[in-house]
Amino acid sequence: MNELIRLLSYMIGIAAFLGLNLAYLGWVERKGAGHFQRRTGPKEVGPYGLLQPLADGLKLMSKQLIIPANADKALYMCAPILIMVPAVLLFVAIPFGEHLVPREFNFGLIMMFAFASVGGLSILIGGWGSGNKYSLIAGARAVSQNVAYEIPMLLTAINIVMITGSMDLNEIIRQQGSYFWNWNIFRLDKSVLMPVSFLVFFICSLAETNRTPFDMGECEGELVAGYHTEYGGMGFGLFMMAEYANLVIGCSLTTILFLGGWQSPIGIWPGPHWFLLKMYFLVWCFVWIRWTYPRTTFWGLLNLSWKYLIPFSLVNLLLTALFIKVF
Amino acid sequence: MSGYFTDIITGLKSLAVGLQITNKEFLTKPITLQYPHEAVKMTPRYRGHIELIKDPETGMNKCISCGMCEKGCPSGCITVKSEKRPGVKGKVLTAYILNFTTCSLCGQCVENCKPGAIGFSNEYNLASTRREDYIFDLLRKLHPEGIPEPEVDPELLKKELEKQEAAKQAAAAKKEPAKKAPAAEGGELKAEEKS
Repeated sequence: MNELIRLLSYMIGIAAFLGLNLAYLGWVERKGAGHFQRRTGPKEVGPYGLLQPLADGLKLMSKQLIIPANADKALYMCAPILIMVPAVLLFVAIPFGEHLVPREFNFGLIMMFAFASVGGLSILIGGWGSGNKYSLIAGARAVSQNVAYEIPMLLTAINIVMITGSMDLNEIIRQQGSYFWNWNIFRLDKSVLMPVSFLVFFICSLAETNRTPFDMGECEGELVAGYHTEYGGMGFGLFMMAEYANLVIGCSLTTILFLGGWQSPIGIWPGPHWFLLKMYFLVWCFVWIRWTYPRTTFWGLLNLSWKYLIPFSLVNLLLTALFIKVF
Repeated sequence: MSGYFTDIITGLKSLAVGLQITNKEFLTKPITLQYPHEAVKMTPRYRGHIELIKDPETGMNKCISCGMCEKGCPSGCITVKSEKRPGVKGKVLTAYILNFTTCSLCGQCVENCKPGAIGFSNEYNLASTRREDYIFDLLRKLHPEGIPEPEVDPELLKKELEKQEAAKQAAAAKKEPAKKAPAAEGGELKAEEKS
C-alpha cells in the first residue's frame, strides 16, 4: 500500500514537473530567442506572455489530424507517442535530491542511455512513416548523427563509471563531495582531461537532443521541417514537447555526471534546489547556444564527432585508467 | 595532423566570441516598437498618400485648379473639381478627389504641381475593410471642420460686376441692331409662327 502511494505520488509529480517544463521551456526559448535578437518575444498573452504556452496548446489540440495519403498509417501514428514515452520514462532514474528519486537503480546510467537511443529510432520511424522524401532524409540524418554522437557520449560516461565504480546515478552524485572542486568536472586527480571530458559530453548532449547547431533532423532551409514535416496538431506538439523533455534529461544527466547533482557547490544546504539551479543553467546555455550559432553542415557534424570528440574521449579514457591504476 | 590543435583552439575561441556577442545583445534593451500600443515616429521624407498643403498665411490650400496633377497622373486616380466664384481671383477648388486604391505613390502629381499645393503626407495608418474608405477628398481632409469660403475681394467683385454689366450692355447693343434688322424684314410674322 505504501509502495502504491509512493508510485502514484511520483507519477503525478513527474507528470506535473514534465508538463510545466515542456510548456514553459518553450516560453523561455522564445523569450530568449527574442532578447538575443533584441526583440521582446511573446508578451501579448498574459503578463510577459506567460499564458502563451496555454494558447499554443489549445491551438495544437484543436487542430484537425490529417494523415497524408501515402503515409504508413501505423508508423505515422505511433512515432510521436514513441518519442514521448522514453522521454517521460527516463525521469524515473533521475535523482532530484538525495532522497527525492523515483527509483534508485544500480544500473541507472545504462537505463538512461538505453532509452535515450529509442528517441533516435522514433525520429526515424516518424520520417519513414510520413511517406515524404524530406522526412525520410531528415530521419536518416538524425539517426546517423545519433549513432555518431552516442560513441563519445558513452566513452565519456565510462570515465565517470570508472571513477565512481558505480552506475547508480545517486551514488555518482554522492561520491562527488559537497564542494565544487569535488565535482567530476574538476577532478583533475582522476584525469587531467576532465574539463575537456565535460565539454565533450555537453556537445554530445547538444547533438543527441537534436538542437542547433546540430539540428540536422529538422533543418528548415533544406528539409521543410525535417522529420515532422507531415505532422500537424498534437502530433507535431508531441515532437516539440519531446525535444524539451530530452533537453531537460540531457541537462540533468550532465548535471549528475559532472556538476555534482544535488550537492552544494559551497558546502551548505545540499538539496533539489541546487540540482534544479544547475540543470536550468545548462538549459539556458542550450538556448543561448541555439540562438548564437548557425547550423553546421552534415559533413562538419560528423567530422567533429569522428575526428575530435571520439579521439579526445578515447585519450581521456586511457588517462583515467592510468590515473586510477597509478594513484 | 599539423594544425589539428590550433584548429581546436581557434575554433573554441571563435565560439566564445560568438557567445559573448549574443550575451551582449541579450542584455541591451529590445528595439521592438510595440506598434498598436506605440505610435511610429515617421521621418519627414516618408511618402504617404498625397495631401493638400495649407498656406500658413491664408489658412487655405494653394491649389490653382490647373489640373496638371490630374493630367500627369499615370494611374488616373486624381479628380480636381473647381468653379468660378464672383469676386474671387482664379478658380476655386471645390473637391480634390484621390482614389488611393489605384495610386502607386509615384509622386508625378507632386512634381507637376507648380504652386506646390500638394505634398506627401506622413500618414501610414491606413487600414479598412471597405474600398470606399480609400477614396479621399483631400480638400475635406485639409479642413475637417468644414471647408472655408474663399475671401471675396470687394474691388474685384465691383470690377467684375462692372465688366459683366458692360458685357451685358455690349451684348444688348449687339442684339439691338440684330433684332431690329430681322424685324424690318418681317420679324413679327416669325413671332406669330412661334406662338
